[in-house]
Parts: sequence; C-alpha cells; structure tokens
Amino acid sequence: MIPRFLADRTMPGPAVSRRGFLLGAAAVSGGLMIGFGPRAARAQAGAAPNPFAGYIRIGTDNTVTIYSAHMDMGQGIYHGIATLVNEELMADWAQIRVEGGWGNPGLYGNVGWGGTIQGTGGSTGTPSSFDRYRKAGAAARLMLIQAAAQEWNVPAAEIEVEKGMLRHKARYMSFGNVVVRAAALPVPQDVPLKKPEDWIYIGKDRQTLRKYDSLAKTTGRQNFTIDVRLPGLLTAVMIHPPRFGAKVRQVDATRAKAMRGVVDVVQVPRGVAVVADNMWRALKAREAVTVEWDESGAETRSTAEIMASYHALARQPGKAIATDTGNVGTALGSAAKILEATFEFPYLAHAALEPMNAIARIENGRVEVWGGHQMPDVYQAIAAGIAGVAPDKVTLHVMKTGGGFGRRAVIDGDVIAEAVAVSKAIGGRPVRVQWTREDDMRAGRYRPAYVHHLKAGLDSAGNIVGWQNHIVGQSIVGGTPFEAGMVRNGVDITSVEGAAKLPYAFPNMRVELTTTTTGVPVLWWRAVGSTHTAYAVETFLDELAVAAGKDPVAFRLDLLKDHPRHAAVLKLAAEKAGWDQPLPPGRFRGVAVAESFDTIVAEIAEISLEGNQPKVHRVICALDCGIAVNPDNIRAQMEGGIGFGLGAILKSRITLDQGRVVEGNFDGYEVLRIDEMPMVDVHILPSAEAPTGVGEPGVPPIGPAVANAYFAATKRRIRALPFNRPENS
Amino acid sequence: MIRFSVNGQQQELDLEPDMPLLWVLRDGIGLTGTKYGCGQALCGACTVLVDGQPARSCQLRLIDVAGRQVTTIEGAGGRVAEVVQQAWARLDVPQCGYCQSGQVLAAIGLLTENRRPTDPDIDAALAGNLCRCATYSRIRAAVHEAARALA
Repeated sequence: MIPRFLADRTMPGPAVSRRGFLLGAAAVSGGLMIGFGPRAARAQAGAAPNPFAGYIRIGTDNTVTIYSAHMDMGQGIYHGIATLVNEELMADWAQIRVEGGWGNPGLYGNVGWGGTIQGTGGSTGTPSSFDRYRKAGAAARLMLIQAAAQEWNVPAAEIEVEKGMLRHKARYMSFGNVVVRAAALPVPQDVPLKKPEDWIYIGKDRQTLRKYDSLAKTTGRQNFTIDVRLPGLLTAVMIHPPRFGAKVRQVDATRAKAMRGVVDVVQVPRGVAVVADNMWRALKAREAVTVEWDESGAETRSTAEIMASYHALARQPGKAIATDTGNVGTALGSAAKILEATFEFPYLAHAALEPMNAIARIENGRVEVWGGHQMPDVYQAIAAGIAGVAPDKVTLHVMKTGGGFGRRAVIDGDVIAEAVAVSKAIGGRPVRVQWTREDDMRAGRYRPAYVHHLKAGLDSAGNIVGWQNHIVGQSIVGGTPFEAGMVRNGVDITSVEGAAKLPYAFPNMRVELTTTTTGVPVLWWRAVGSTHTAYAVETFLDELAVAAGKDPVAFRLDLLKDHPRHAAVLKLAAEKAGWDQPLPPGRFRGVAVAESFDTIVAEIAEISLEGNQPKVHRVICALDCGIAVNPDNIRAQMEGGIGFGLGAILKSRITLDQGRVVEGNFDGYEVLRIDEMPMVDVHILPSAEAPTGVGEPGVPPIGPAVANAYFAATKRRIRALPFNRPENS
Repeated sequence: MIRFSVNGQQQELDLEPDMPLLWVLRDGIGLTGTKYGCGQALCGACTVLVDGQPARSCQLRLIDVAGRQVTTIEGAGGRVAEVVQQAWARLDVPQCGYCQSGQVLAAIGLLTENRRPTDPDIDAALAGNLCRCATYSRIRAAVHEAARALA
C-alpha cells in the first residue's frame, strides 16, 4: 500500500476542501451532533483538537462512535483505534462503534505521511493513530468528568469513570447525560496519558477486548459496498478496453437497450457502462453491446516480450543509483568467489474477494459516494471534479471492504470515478458500478513485474566483500502527484525499498534502478517493494551462506551485528523453530528476515516435497513491531500475510498475450487455498518502542523462507516466480 | 412464477428462470449475506445450503431451485449453526469477513455430515472456499472447536 515516504512530500495533492467535513459530519451521524461545526474548522494549528469535533461522538443513547482516520479492509485498524481511544476514555466496550472519518485532513491526515492528507496504507494505521487517538480519548474523558462535576456541583477530582459511567460516591451518570455540556467545554491541553504499566487494554489479548465486528462478519450482517441498498439503486457493469490504453471508437447498444431491465448504455471516460435494474440483467445486456476500439495507443506486447526486455536491461548499468557505499567494483574485482543471479517477478493482481465497486448519487447539486475510501481527500476531489461541483458538495460513505491489499488506494480513483461519471450520465440516479471478477483481474493495477540482477563477492574466509543489485521495472508513483515526494534522483523508493537499505553489514554496496515504461497500470500491492526485493535479497544471501559454508542463521546474525533488533527477531524465530535440532526425514527448512514499514519479521518455513513443488507445513514467525497494541490482531495479520504471500509465490501471476490479460478468474490466477495453508506460530518480541504497523510486514519473508527451504530439499534455486511456472519444473 | 423456499419462507418470484440464484437472493429478495466473488464456482463466497447441502448459488439457476429449500447465512440456524458461528466469533476468525458467510455455511454442511472432522476432512470440505485474508488456520481451529462443542 502507500509507503510512509509520503511524509517527505513537498507538493500538495489534488485540491481538497477543508470545509467538506462539515457536510460530511452531518451526513455521517444521525442523532445528536456534538461539536462538529465551524468551531472545529477554525481550530488553531497546534492546539489540541476537540475530541468531540470529529474523533468521538457520544449519543444521548450513550453510544460511543469513534471516527477512524483509516479505512478497514480486514487489517483490524477499527479495532486498534477503538482500543487506543478506550484505553483512556474508559467507555463500556459494548457501547463502542467505529465508522470511517473523512473530509478533514486537519483531523485525519496521516501522520506517517506528513499529516496533510488522509489515507490508509504503508502499514501506518497504528503508528499514525497511537498518540492521536489516546489523546482524544483522554481529553474526552476529562471533559466528561468536568461536565459531570458542574452538573453535580462536586470537585472533578472526586469523579471516577468506569465502563462508560461517571461516578461520584454512590451517584452514577452515563456519558450520554453530560456529553452536550462536555463538548462545549474548553479542550484540556497536554492531557497526561496513562503509563504503559497501567494499560488495561493495550497489549492485552482478545479475551479482554473481543473484536466487535467478528459476529457481524460471521452472520452475514456486515455490509460492504456491494450490499448497500438505496431507493432506486441501479447496477452498472463496465466494458473496459481489451488492451490498456485503447479508446472507444464506436458503441452499438441498440440490442442491449431493448432488453429487460436495461436503463441505459453510456460512454464514460474509462469505458462503456451498461446500466440496469439488477446485476444479472446488466451482465446479460453487456453481452449484447458491441464496442469498436481505437487501439493505436494501446499496449500490445506480451509479458514474455516485456520480461525479455527487462532481462536485457538488467545486464546493462542501471539508469539511476539508489545506494552506493564503498567501492563495489574494486571489492568484486578482488573477491575470492563471485556469485551472480537473475530473478524474475511477475505482475500480480490484488484479487480482493469483493470485486471493485462504488456507488454514486447526484441530487440537487450534492454528490454522495459509497466505497472503499482509502484516500478520501483525493476521491472527494475526483468526485467533485467529475460532477462539476465544489468538493464541499461531496459526501463520502466510508465502507469496509472485502479485502483490499492496496487496490483501493488509486490516485485516479478508477471505480469511484466510473460511478460518479455513470451517475452523472443518467441524470444523477443512484448507481453501483460493480466489476465482475474478470473485470477486476483484467482492468489493471498490478504489482509491477521486475527483474533483479544480483552479484556479490566473498573473500577467502567467506565474508561478503561486495553486494550489487540492479532492479528493473515500472515505477508505481511515476506520473502521479506522489512522484514529487517519492521519486528522488530518478529512484522511485517503492521500487527499491527492501533492497536499497539493508541491515546487513556489507562493506561495499551498490543498488541501481532502471525504471521502465509500459502501458500496464501498476499499483502498490500488500508490502509493495519488499514483495520482490526481500525475495531476491534473502534467497541470494542464502546462496552466499551456502557458498561460504556457513549456517544461514549464523551467517545473518554475523551480518546483523549493528542491528540488535533484527538479530533479536532472528534469534527468537530460530529458537522457537528449533533451528539447531534435526528435522524428521523428508522435512526441510529455510529462513528469511525482512524489515518493511519499520517492522522486523523473521520467518522459518518447514516444507516437504510434493512432486516438484514445496508443501509448507509450518511457519515460525517472530516479529518486532514495537508496542503490540492488539497482540491477537498482530498474530492474525502475520498468519494472513504469510498465507497471502505464500499463494503468490507458489502460484500467482498475471500475464499478457499481445496486450490482453490472459487470467480472468481464480482458475487462471490461482491463490492459496485452505489445504495449502501451513500452521503458523507467531511470536511477538516484547518492546517498549513506539508501535509500527503489521498489515503488510508478514508478507515479504515467506517467499524467500520457502525458497530457501526448497533449496535445502532439492539443491535448486527458484529464481523466476511463481514456483509452479513451467520453466521451474 | 417460480416457487421455492428461502430460510423457511415461501418465495414466488417473477424473474428470469435462468437468473443465477446468487442474484435472485441478492437483487431479487434483498438477502445480501450471500456474496459474489467469482461467478464461476471458483471461490465459494456465494455458498448456500440447498436442501441442507452446500451449493454454489452462482451456478444454480432460479429454475434449478424450484420447489427446494434454500438456506442462506441469514437463515442459518439450529445447533450446528449456532456452535459454528460462536466458534468463529470466539476465535476472531474474520478479517475482512467477505468470504465468511460461505465459509460458515460450508462448515455447517461439513459438521452436519461429520461430527469429528480431521484437518484433511476440513481441507477437503472447504478447499473451494477462498479467503484472500488467509484466515484458514483459524477456520480449521474454529471447525474443531465447534466439533468439540457438538460432541
């Protein structure tokens, strides 16, 4: 997803109205409105924001609604933010609900990205929220106490708060009874927060705080964008260009328009939309539409051709330098042994189980958009631009999504732009644009394909004297407003993260990048650059350990002497895996360590062979993510990250045949199934450091850990992914 | 007019006979707990019970369920459903939750037939139900926990 380097962004994103939140707040919250209003908008920079002006709403019915600055795609950030707020607020857990906040970058701006734009990604949810939401909870509690003190005419110091009730001696009052008075009080400055030793929720397991949405998600009651019901809601399916970059030349929808339930067939900038009164009828009608395409500007190459060009480029010097320390040329020239390897990584689809969708309605000059608003400020501006209204006329409904993995953070707003454009084309009627699985897989936005060429030298004692890596592939942020902050000296940081800066003590190191251009739209995919860099680095390092005749764990520990946190994580994994103990016959293991988004993860995979493919039985995962806010959610994210990454390295790839995406569904684009899921043991290193994110960092180490185990089993290195491609058999 | 039963209620719908049950349930009746994921019986998100057996509603046409009993996640009930859903919530199985209606119904189908499933039994019964969040190890644990509760 979006890396944290956005913190360094120097240019503003698309125009965003800071007034938008006024309308937004009014629409989001039914019932009593506390504190949302111009007062909050005028809050001075630097002053503590009124917690009731956008973070927390307490209803007279005593419900506590927390507005999350981050959308929840399954990573559990709503649970995390509720934990942080309630550690200080001390409401009853059963009172609490969480909804998506939006429309006020001053309140919701991602701290990890510099605080000027709201967004979810780069595993920043917890670090960005840790202080902000605890402070909001603490300030709200103090304001409630103050209000109760006035109401009862007693000293505030004598009032206690427990489980959502204010108590003075034998008298009790609910939060709801005093919230109107509380919200109007001055906001206390520099509110003291609880000391870690006093925490009752942070760091505690799920017996303490059950995830409040698990039951709804088990009983079919959790609503996603696909489930939203509105009066008169129509369904649109899209016809996208068959090749990236193709444009509509001519549409013949005569037959389709006469079909049952069809409302219209309209051309929009991203394709043609078939609008009907239900999904099935829209799909049937889509088959009856003929579109003639102008493919003069389209990408017409096959992936084989694209990758061949990458391999050729990888053999030449890189166009940009990401890292250059010492003198690699000299070091390699004097090395006792040189190793070289070329890796190939395919395009990958996110393939979230809820195919992309969004709903738009334009009524009386006001626009409403329901969707997975991962970059709400951007989407608000896009919707406004398409509808031709000011951004403050746009209301967003932030939905939970059926997965995401980075796919819902798109700078051009793709499906959101489609929904608004379609609604506009049909007179503002409410419409859900719903992609099919095939649309989702073939309409683009993939993890870019890459080729890495690595070369390293060992001295006669088996020490690495030089390390060189040349990465070839597309830039994710190139050509977007993120480019200014995230491309430096020709290096897109997302292309080289996990490769350009390593914890290993290499005396001479050079990392080069050649950024390519293709017509294939790309995007961040859970763990972004580290999804490929960690594989190349950690399998090549394993190769060097073998060449040096050293144990892979000991070899790494030696190189991690300046990075005690990394070393501690690796040691913990090795200890829990019984690295020193022999394995039963037929079992093999491999290790990998990767830091991504400031979280350090080591994974040890135990495999056997099934034919020529690895069967992964068990994965031992150790991590250091600073303070563990929700330990069980951290375990869940590691389990999920491991399964997500494992499926990809074993089986997933998107290919193009003369520009057309071949894979359309889960038969061609295979992902992990339950019978392939290993047992996962997660061990969290205790820490008092500031928390770092966990949504993505579980992914990078699993590929190389399995590949290294596979080498232990077969003496074969898998250098072109996925494992099951024909050339690997 | 095609007649069939959904969650114990008789339905009489004037919809195309070839409309997939998935869209009949979602768009025709408004039961949105059954999810669309692939439309090709490749992901299991649309799993429902037809006469008690797990089935992919994207591959059944309305005409195929005439006169039959369909149970969706909204109508899942009885002892097996109860323990399965409790185990799911207790272990916090769901992440995004999108596939879980299908997973839960597939688990109910399995435990109705087999009160003591092994890991391979679970894998075999649920291999058609994708979870992109890869909550699979908790799904296995929850099925075992439900089986213990039923014993």
